[in-house]
Amino acid sequence: MIGKKLYLGLIIFFLYAPIIVLMVFSFNYSRSQAYWAGFSLRWYRELFTDDQIIRAIRNTLLIAVFSTLAATAIGSAAAVGISKLGRRYKAVVMSITQLPVMMPDIVTGISLRLLFIFAIRIIGAGNLGFGTLLLSHITFNVPYVILSVTPKLRQMDGNLYEAALDLGSSPFGAFVKVILPEVWPGVVTGALLAFTLSIDDFMVSFFTTGSGVENLSITIFSMARRGINPRINALSTIIFVVIMLLLFLVHKRDQHLARKNAD
Amino acid sequence: MKRLFAPPYVVWLTIFVVLPLLLIGYYSITAIDAAGNTYFTLRHFRLFFEGTEPGQPFFSRLYVNVAIRSLRLALLTTVITFVLGYPVAYIMAGKGFSDKSVLLFLFIAPMWMNFLVRTYAWLAILSRHGILNTFLTWLGLPILDILFRDAAVLLGMVYNFLPFMVLPIYTALKKMDPKVIEAAQDLGANSPNVFFRVVFPLSMPGVISGITMVFMPAAATFIIPNLLGGGQYFLLGNLVEQQFLRVGNWNFGSAIAVIMIMMMLVSTVFLSRFNKEEVREGGARI
Repeated sequence: MIGKKLYLGLIIFFLYAPIIVLMVFSFNYSRSQAYWAGFSLRWYRELFTDDQIIRAIRNTLLIAVFSTLAATAIGSAAAVGISKLGRRYKAVVMSITQLPVMMPDIVTGISLRLLFIFAIRIIGAGNLGFGTLLLSHITFNVPYVILSVTPKLRQMDGNLYEAALDLGSSPFGAFVKVILPEVWPGVVTGALLAFTLSIDDFMVSFFTTGSGVENLSITIFSMARRGINPRINALSTIIFVVIMLLLFLVHKRDQHLARKNAD
Repeated sequence: MKRLFAPPYVVWLTIFVVLPLLLIGYYSITAIDAAGNTYFTLRHFRLFFEGTEPGQPFFSRLYVNVAIRSLRLALLTTVITFVLGYPVAYIMAGKGFSDKSVLLFLFIAPMWMNFLVRTYAWLAILSRHGILNTFLTWLGLPILDILFRDAAVLLGMVYNFLPFMVLPIYTALKKMDPKVIEAAQDLGANSPNVFFRVVFPLSMPGVISGITMVFMPAAATFIIPNLLGGGQYFLLGNLVEQQFLRVGNWNFGSAIAVIMIMMMLVSTVFLSRFNKEEVREGGARI
């Protein structure tokens, strides 16, 4: 047992070592990530005046929010549509849906790059930038939403929808009031997954953006050549702490609800 | 109403998934001659395998060697993450820990910090005057100068891909009915027998899933080796990036992408032979 705990402890230490180093040195006065030159909030202050980083944060968040909303809508509707298809068509559509999940990201990235350049040539206007970045994030997020919603649809009793129609509901009303509440947990899982993937993406974004539009990953990558600015460490620390706090609050609320239900 | 949802999605799929792949396929087998006419050719694939344009006497295995290097790094990463990760998943799924959600959380949480930032932090730890060497000197040990070498690249790869190996194996082990193990013990199997003939075969879907999530993404990445290898690592991913963003030879770049897709298909088919259950999960997004 002690051996097992020790092994798990070592692996967890390995996973957290760089995170701890990064957090500690985000409070270092000097630029160095090896010598301690005294405690300072310097990088946190400078973070909010760094235009490049602020722009990147804005792009990352905007693209994550919009691509999540769009992918969740498209993916949920598609999952419902696919569930109604015949066996044969369903298999074909599902296989193609999973392609972007199975393929290496770099292939998804360049294939979309070719598509956008092709489209720009045909239209004769536009260029790679925010729009193409958003479209490509929607593209790689949709399958994850479909894969989260489909199992919930399968668990659902198909007669419920028919019953709602028989009782006089319109098809759209039946969709919103009957199907959606049943598959909601799957929709939420898919949306969370999509948001996380969008925030963290580097590879696809790298190949589908242009005209100086950068998300955080691209900014970090371009900075890495000159040595990462400690401001990025300050930002990462803030993001990490905020996520941890949110999760802690959700956990507390769940515990509270569970206790309430038990009473 | 529900029926109406499928056709728009099929249009979407055609435009954003099928058409882009067809474009890659098209570019990989065409070229433009001096007069500006497009013609079909397999010379980009020949260039990849022979390392030289057709008709030229020089024969090098330049690009094949790049592919071999990428595959070797991916294979090493997969083997090491498996060897390190299987015991982790096994211990986590075992009886010893009552609060498994906390442990699971500890493995997922690092992934919420941008992987480039985390990888970059290893530079600070491993560099010549970094934390690791400061610590080793303090202990009176010789310093380790591994940054920008194979060991550092491998460490970065294992670091990033380990959770993707642990989590599916953990899920598979957790699903297992503990009664099966008890039954094997009751029937007189000793511990190694229980493990190798009952537990391990039942965890195979998780192992296959883990390998899929690590191997192909590892073979296609170029960022981690770039950051920790000091730009000396030229891999398949670098080659594609170079052809598309620097050289502007989309045809050759597309041919390499087609070869990568083939590699993915071959490895998927190969792995699915070990697995009765349908396993379809995405790879690590790195």
